[in-house]
Amino acid sequence: MYMDITLKKGLNIPLRGEAKKKLNTFTPSKSFAIYPKDFHGITPKLMCKEGDEISLGQPLFYSKSNPEIMFVSPSSGRISNIIRGARRKILSIEIIGNKKKSALKHKIPSFSKITPNDIKKLLFSSGCWPFIKQRPYDIVADPNLYPKSIFISALSTAPLGADVNFSLQGKENDFKLGIEVLKKLTKKINLCVSHLEKSFLNKIEGVELHKINGKHPAGNVGVQIHHIDPINKGDIVWVINPQDVALIGSFFKNGEFNPRRTIAVVGPAVKFPSYFEVTIGSAIKPLVEQVGVNSNSPVRIINGNVLTGNTVGIDENIGFYNDTISLIKEGNYYRMFGWLPFTGSNIFSMSRTSLSWLMPKKTYSLDTNMNGEERALVVTGEMEKVMPMDILPMQLLKECMAQNIDKMEALGIYEVAPEDFALIDYTSSSKIEAQEIIRDALDLMINEVG
Amino acid sequence: MVRKILDTIKRPFEKGEKFERFAPAINAFDTFLFVPNHTTKKGAHIRDAVDMKRTMVTVIIALIPVLIYGIYNTGYQYFIQTGIQPSFFECFLHGSEKIIPMIIVSYAVGLIIEFAFAVYRGHEVNEGFLVTGLLVPMIMPVDIPLWMVGLSVAFAVLVAKEAFGGTGMNILNPALTARAFAFFAYPTYMSGNKVWVSEASNVDAISGETILGSLASGNNTEYMFSQMFMGSIPGSIAETSTFWVLIGALILLITGVASWRIMVGSILGAAVTAFLFNLWGANALMSFPWYNQLIVGGFAFGIVFMATDPVSAAQTLKGKWIYGILIGILCILIRVFNPAYPEGVMLAILLMNVFAPTIDHYVVESNIKRRKKRMISNIKPV
Repeated sequence: MYMDITLKKGLNIPLRGEAKKKLNTFTPSKSFAIYPKDFHGITPKLMCKEGDEISLGQPLFYSKSNPEIMFVSPSSGRISNIIRGARRKILSIEIIGNKKKSALKHKIPSFSKITPNDIKKLLFSSGCWPFIKQRPYDIVADPNLYPKSIFISALSTAPLGADVNFSLQGKENDFKLGIEVLKKLTKKINLCVSHLEKSFLNKIEGVELHKINGKHPAGNVGVQIHHIDPINKGDIVWVINPQDVALIGSFFKNGEFNPRRTIAVVGPAVKFPSYFEVTIGSAIKPLVEQVGVNSNSPVRIINGNVLTGNTVGIDENIGFYNDTISLIKEGNYYRMFGWLPFTGSNIFSMSRTSLSWLMPKKTYSLDTNMNGEERALVVTGEMEKVMPMDILPMQLLKECMAQNIDKMEALGIYEVAPEDFALIDYTSSSKIEAQEIIRDALDLMINEVG
Repeated sequence: MVRKILDTIKRPFEKGEKFERFAPAINAFDTFLFVPNHTTKKGAHIRDAVDMKRTMVTVIIALIPVLIYGIYNTGYQYFIQTGIQPSFFECFLHGSEKIIPMIIVSYAVGLIIEFAFAVYRGHEVNEGFLVTGLLVPMIMPVDIPLWMVGLSVAFAVLVAKEAFGGTGMNILNPALTARAFAFFAYPTYMSGNKVWVSEASNVDAISGETILGSLASGNNTEYMFSQMFMGSIPGSIAETSTFWVLIGALILLITGVASWRIMVGSILGAAVTAFLFNLWGANALMSFPWYNQLIVGGFAFGIVFMATDPVSAAQTLKGKWIYGILIGILCILIRVFNPAYPEGVMLAILLMNVFAPTIDHYVVESNIKRRKKRMISNIKPV
């Protein structure tokens, strides 16, 4: 049984530099890092110190608010560095890998006897729990709240997003086992696939299958939840990335935390965009060296896709949730009279004040230039074009800026995540930072409403 | 090269330097020449090519055909009242002499106030006035004294815009506020039958009435449909030619800068209302054919360039339909029932500007209600 959902609104940004669907090899570096900031809303409490010898899957820190949730090491080795920022906030925990490859083993009880509580405990101690995120608020799931359903979005519509189907190749059985595990934690699992999907994903048992047809952000799990089983005040929904479902499955098969994930290194600044199998938290530099950079001017490396990712340095590491690394040129140059309408059609625009709409097949080599400056909100109707939900984006953003909690609730703050507003960042002619406004508003809600 | 000179000029305006306060003023000139080198710091790493300047300049491009025709027609109306058959060039020259100074005054007064407020409030200069400053002279009668143009612009920018918090916050369309100010403050310059044609008062026994004016006083009009459509009739500078307004509308609609919902809504509202009055037909204005109602006066210009101002219009998609339809209806109602104000579109738009937030309020409420209903229906089965 499945339901078809067709979404008309949205925008696909035709960025150049899509990865070829072939797994590439590279020489990984031995350094790894875990960034606590990847786990929004978690205050880390350290369980290790510099110089400690650790195994794969050994806890590095736990959550202050839920001490049973462990965040574990993606590799065996030695803790080389714990970097702290202002007010001793932990910025990153760096690990130098060793050859021993010791791993922490967990005992998995037989699957027929396992209780939901056992599963939760195993997820906590194995380090798999943070894979489960919670809506509302887009944070690591609170284990004390019962979710009405779990959503898995197995389609990517983000610019140059890693292909889910390809990323899961060879991990089909892990994925199925992961679904079996998750089924014990809630009543209903919703699996959303592309309307063109033909793979094993169409035949997963015990899930509600939904076929999604539409432009970005149709692949955003928040948009899918909105159309399938919307979040009302007080509801909790869990969301998990498809690759992470397979990692959970792999853990329940072997009893070891599996940090191996397929990642796409993409973008207009990449010479040979490709897929790799990497360890969570491993260094970015060898990947970038492998794919090559096609520009002499400065390039920005983004952990994630170009709409929602965050900037990282060449010596930093892959984020915890990433399945994409994007490289684009920095755009710190001036364009004389660049604001004239109908000029600069090498910059993709949703607006028809540029001629890019006449070239639907063209792909673009976009950079980080703002193409303007922040202004008052004047133009109306453009946000609605990229918001395929029954939510009034501009009104919600204004209430978020005014910190009016009652109105934010009434206008649907519980249903959105920053990523759903990424296209508003992109298309806004007033150059507003919609994702930041939504993130701040969600944090305000966590503090005020909980 | 130019860049280097600009960077040198800008140095005293940088952070911590002597003239830091005046940075918005110099930045406005800089960003006019160059799209700045700013890169994304947070949020999405790539951004659309569109920005406020591009949007506003598109509106100006859409206005230029109407303006050029307006300049020509000003000269044409002047010459035919004196009985001379002029060349296009003569008409254009006479029109330019009249209209270019108005545009200069409008921009000068408005931009000085805009820059002053930008410096005072410490934000960048917004581009909105580029459009307002051109619109104001275009909707004035040609013989209005320049100081009145300046005063109206000052009133509009100060009272209609900055008093409400600046660009994006205003309730009323600033350009229409300027016209309404002049209309009510100096009625002798803004109505009657002597103001619509350049130097009409110097020529005796010539009626320079607008079509709506003569209809309101109970006479029929002697102009043909083609004249009314092409615009070789007396009126405010840029309102007369429906044809050239439609060219502008086309530019705005293809680029998506103006809302088609508002335009279509207004035309529907006006056409249906005027058609119903045609059936009634109690006076000259009521029996004036509905299709002619759409092409005379400022209706076309008003709904294409003023009603679609996104700040003062309704902001929700449904709200735009309601807003547009009501403007159409109100415009015809005012024309028909109020002979003192034969031009209804200005007041119709201003009135609906005031009600636009109310319309939006109900659209937003209906969204909120849907969400509440969903929540209640969700609770029941459990």
